[in-house]
Amino acid sequence: MQLPSVLLGAVVALGYFSSLAGAQIKIGVAEALTGNAAQYGVPIRKGFELALSEINGRGGINGQKIELLVEDEQGKKEEAINVFKKLIFQDKVLMLFGPTLSNSAQASDPVAQGAKVVVFGTSNTADGITSIGNYVFRNSVTEADILPVTLKVAAQKTGLKKVAVLYGNDDIFTKSGYDNFKKALETLKIPVTTTETFAKGDVDFKPQLTKIKASNADAIVMSALVAEGAPVMVQARQLGIALPFIGGNGMNSPKVFDLAKDNSDNLWVGSPWSSENPAAENMRFIAAYQKAHNAVPDQFAAQAYDAMYIVAQALKQVKLTGKLPADRTALRNALPAVQITGATGPFKFRQVNDKGGKPAGYDAVQTAIVMTTKGNQYVIQK
Amino acid sequence: MLAQQLVNAISLGGVYALFALGFTLIFGVLNVVNLAHGAIFMLGAYTALQAVVVFKLPLALAMGAAIVVTGAAGWLLDRLIFAPLRARQAPHLAPMIATIGLAISLNSTVQGIFGAENLRLPVHGMAAEGLQFGGAQVTWLEIQIILLALVLMAVLLWWLKHTRMGCALRALAESRKAAALLGIDVEGLFRMTSVIAALLGGVAGVLIALYTNAVYPQMGQPMLHKGIAVVILGGMGDIRGALLGGFFLGCAEVFSVAYIGSTMRDAVAFGLLFAILLIRPQGLFGNAAQRRA
Repeated sequence: MQLPSVLLGAVVALGYFSSLAGAQIKIGVAEALTGNAAQYGVPIRKGFELALSEINGRGGINGQKIELLVEDEQGKKEEAINVFKKLIFQDKVLMLFGPTLSNSAQASDPVAQGAKVVVFGTSNTADGITSIGNYVFRNSVTEADILPVTLKVAAQKTGLKKVAVLYGNDDIFTKSGYDNFKKALETLKIPVTTTETFAKGDVDFKPQLTKIKASNADAIVMSALVAEGAPVMVQARQLGIALPFIGGNGMNSPKVFDLAKDNSDNLWVGSPWSSENPAAENMRFIAAYQKAHNAVPDQFAAQAYDAMYIVAQALKQVKLTGKLPADRTALRNALPAVQITGATGPFKFRQVNDKGGKPAGYDAVQTAIVMTTKGNQYVIQK
Repeated sequence: MLAQQLVNAISLGGVYALFALGFTLIFGVLNVVNLAHGAIFMLGAYTALQAVVVFKLPLALAMGAAIVVTGAAGWLLDRLIFAPLRARQAPHLAPMIATIGLAISLNSTVQGIFGAENLRLPVHGMAAEGLQFGGAQVTWLEIQIILLALVLMAVLLWWLKHTRMGCALRALAESRKAAALLGIDVEGLFRMTSVIAALLGGVAGVLIALYTNAVYPQMGQPMLHKGIAVVILGGMGDIRGALLGGFFLGCAEVFSVAYIGSTMRDAVAFGLLFAILLIRPQGLFGNAAQRRA
């Protein structure tokens, strides 16, 4: 047993030294890799990894390679806080990506803000996340920006006069989507026939849909995640409701074609990203993703991929000194000026104010693409 | 709208009743609150999904596969967990806590293998097509769920009343010691009950996966909560109670959405349940003095 254990020790030591020499910029990734939110967290991780392998493959940032420290925050607030603390204080990362859900971001981002570490969300779209403080960034376009555009385009194209509203009322993401829809409906002066709710984990939506059918609406505005939204569409079609659905970000996933197969037509969604967008950057991303992961990317993968390039761009402007607090702040100061064109199109940051009106974190400025579903495919609406 | 809501209520009630049957049976005979029933229900759905997607079996055979797998799970559940605890005369809560652990392990294993995301059983026709009467739409699947809940209940009741085995089971539910003294194979009956309850859960899993169009590792959890409510309402361990409790909860939920508001769905349903339990703490069919199977 002597020899193998010596060999093993040597191999471990080699691995240790090579990782020391190769990876000098440590970035933490805290995403939901298990649990219900893993359907978003897993593609996000793959998006990061694809961008990372491209960046490191071209020699890294100013000669330094990036190393990702990936932790699973399970889509839970408590876990997100734990993982954030571990990455910031124990692993001493330069900055953090994550967490997956707005719910968790609300709880964990203050930890990063307090420690003066950049936290960069790629999938948090609820209101108020970036108001937490000036170290909070996101490239996920908020529902407040996208939903009015989606509604407006859908109203023009379908000529709808009045709508019914259906939303999940026990989730910060779907609830804030509902608030934004409500605001947009008021601005566009579209009357609402009835407002119905459901809860996470519900499987039966026919009572609500029966009411909506009786209310004679022209369309159903729905703030839901795919897990509930797809069964809603199937059950609506079973009840003979052929109305268009107008959905939020949560419904913008190719999973809808699988979960609501043959019942997925006539869904309107807005998104910063579309698999059908023929821009060169996007085509390149889709091809590379398919090659690397043998799967079709979704919006969450695209936004993570772009986020890594946004950070890489900022890192190029930063002279890293090896002193962690100074480097962390330098990165924070370099980020707001970044402008890139990625898989999700032209991108730049916009500073938002906190609740007291003082300048805080940064939101994305991007144009929404409105799409409808037809024959198990997205079609871009111009 | 009323006709449609009535159809909605009865089919949702059938779903709850179907789930509650196995749950109440295992309580009635083994006196165990089996919190792994939701996980076994999920196991049934995933088995059918694999049978249809990977082995390209028709739905009937997939259902058969689900019955075999969940039945085996029920056998193992009794052999590995309930029987040793019985032999050691473990206190009442021990098997319940053990089933929580089993549920978590099963959920995590399935999630590890198949992932956390929603999947669907790719079966067409039955769930989509149906009948139309009086302005209401009802799918064949819904009719099948309702009928199956009724038939299964009738068969179980008949079997308990009119077969020797059923008699033995009732004796067992009454007193384990007396049953053993009468020469009844107590251990064998316990194991068989666990198997039957589990495969009922498996059948429910397949049908409800078709009905709700979603298969995911945690799918048993919300159903378990509703199932417990249904069984308590009907009277713990009572088979007619499971059916009636199921239909009651279905109606309460649907009509609170229809006439009060969807935000109040669970509040109204569970408020009503609470009110009934205040008046009849033993449940609709429960009898405080007498245990039943």
